[in-house]
Amino acid sequence: MSPARRPILLIAPSLVFMTALFAWPLIVAIGQAFTGPGGPTTAHLERMIDDPYFWPAARNTALLIVVLIPVQFALALTMALLLRERPKFAGFYFYVWVVPLAISDLAAGLVWLAVFTDRGYLNSIFHTDYAYLSHEHPTTMFLAVIVAELWRATSLVFVIIVAGLQGVPKDYDEAAEVFGAGYVKRLRHVILPQLRPSLQVALILRTILALETFAVAQALTGRNLPLLVGETYQWYGFLQNPNVASAIALVILAVSLLAAFGYLRLMREAHR
Amino acid sequence: MKRLALQAGCIAITLFMAVPLYLIALAAFSSRESLNRFPLPLLPTDFSTETIQGFLGSTGVVPAAINSVMVGLSTVILALLIGVPAGYALARYAFRGKQPYQLFLLLTRALPIVVLSVPLARIFLASGLYDTTYAVTLLHTALALPTTVLITSAVFVAVSPEQEEAAQIFGASPLTAFVRVVMPQALPGIAAAAVFTFVMSWNEVLGASILTLNQRTLPAQVLATLSFSPLAYRFAGGFALVVPALVFIAIMRKYLLNMWGTTLR
Repeated sequence: MSPARRPILLIAPSLVFMTALFAWPLIVAIGQAFTGPGGPTTAHLERMIDDPYFWPAARNTALLIVVLIPVQFALALTMALLLRERPKFAGFYFYVWVVPLAISDLAAGLVWLAVFTDRGYLNSIFHTDYAYLSHEHPTTMFLAVIVAELWRATSLVFVIIVAGLQGVPKDYDEAAEVFGAGYVKRLRHVILPQLRPSLQVALILRTILALETFAVAQALTGRNLPLLVGETYQWYGFLQNPNVASAIALVILAVSLLAAFGYLRLMREAHR
Repeated sequence: MKRLALQAGCIAITLFMAVPLYLIALAAFSSRESLNRFPLPLLPTDFSTETIQGFLGSTGVVPAAINSVMVGLSTVILALLIGVPAGYALARYAFRGKQPYQLFLLLTRALPIVVLSVPLARIFLASGLYDTTYAVTLLHTALALPTTVLITSAVFVAVSPEQEEAAQIFGASPLTAFVRVVMPQALPGIAAAAVFTFVMSWNEVLGASILTLNQRTLPAQVLATLSFSPLAYRFAGGFALVVPALVFIAIMRKYLLNMWGTTLR
């Protein structure tokens, strides 16, 4: 084996494997979504759009992202900045705050089900009997999903920001302080600009993952709060229609790619 | 004053993160009778393993847990077998196609699981792999592979190439040099990548649900029976899914920042 060909041989297995499990399914998915018994067709797309659950699912997914992401980033940034001040017990706090990193969305949904269900812990604490997860109360149902996602997925943003902060030299911050900049000013003009790469990564990652939100809502609300991925699961598992399922999946993919490119664009322009 | 406000903020966030965990543990270790009471007791006054035993005794739960462990371990092995050589190549060699390959790795991570699962189900149906733990293992390996390659390449960058060259000068073959010199130093990092992969596989629910009917993994089993199972079962299921996460974070605390923080870029 000549040394020049060694790296190619080393990456070859992964390349073959990934092509087989990423590229091939992607082509099959496009085929599933756009072909019928009589050749190419948009029938599956039309069926997807005409389904009464599709637009609510799209709206809920969009709303989830719009509400969740800003709150999540504010919380994660607060957490990272709190730890940056080196409080007592910082190690313990860090441990507790990162535990949700390894918790699945299904488990998170079930954890918060114990809190929000009719005879659950929230009602037990306040001696109330409010039906938070009933379809008659869409707002609290939606908020329950937001809280569960905030609890589960903020750790990821937090860890990325903490890692990013480690690369921000304290000197800059201290210099700004010496010249009389207050905390808010330093945050805006010194800390945040240097965190941009980390925030960018976290933003793209979290938006794509939030688009895939599924099991949390299933565990908390069933199909009362339809989301796009949940609809794919419905079409595939219960309605036995892989064609429409693939069509919805491709919509999710398109939005994911758009979001990723959109953010990269925005961040680059803001940089100029 | 400032210290006090700092502690207050930290404690508030800690409560938000920890109290739900306490409550799900409390629910999982309450008797059925006390779970039917209202208001629910907030302190562990009547500790009972009835609920959790009921969950473990339900049809399909133990086989599903075994499947989950099998899929997790096979995914770890397969991802390392394919990913470690690629990570090593990225760390040690400059070669044509390196940039496109890295871009390809990043792109695959932006693909939603759902886009792969539905067509994979058809491919696996045609090839007889549908509804087997192998099908789920293949999907999970594909999901874990980009991360495995990136983490292991970061690990190998940290091992000095001089030692490896020295071993080869003294007559070791490239493979022996790798196994005897590089591997021992890279092992902790690779172990971290392995745990990361296992947890990803343990947590993944959508793909596993779509690719199986009878050979379910634990989350897929819980999801499939969700709508018609009693609350006690769901609470116990939630707790059973959370426990590995607690263990995992306890083991991995040291590596978390490196793995999620930097290699995710």
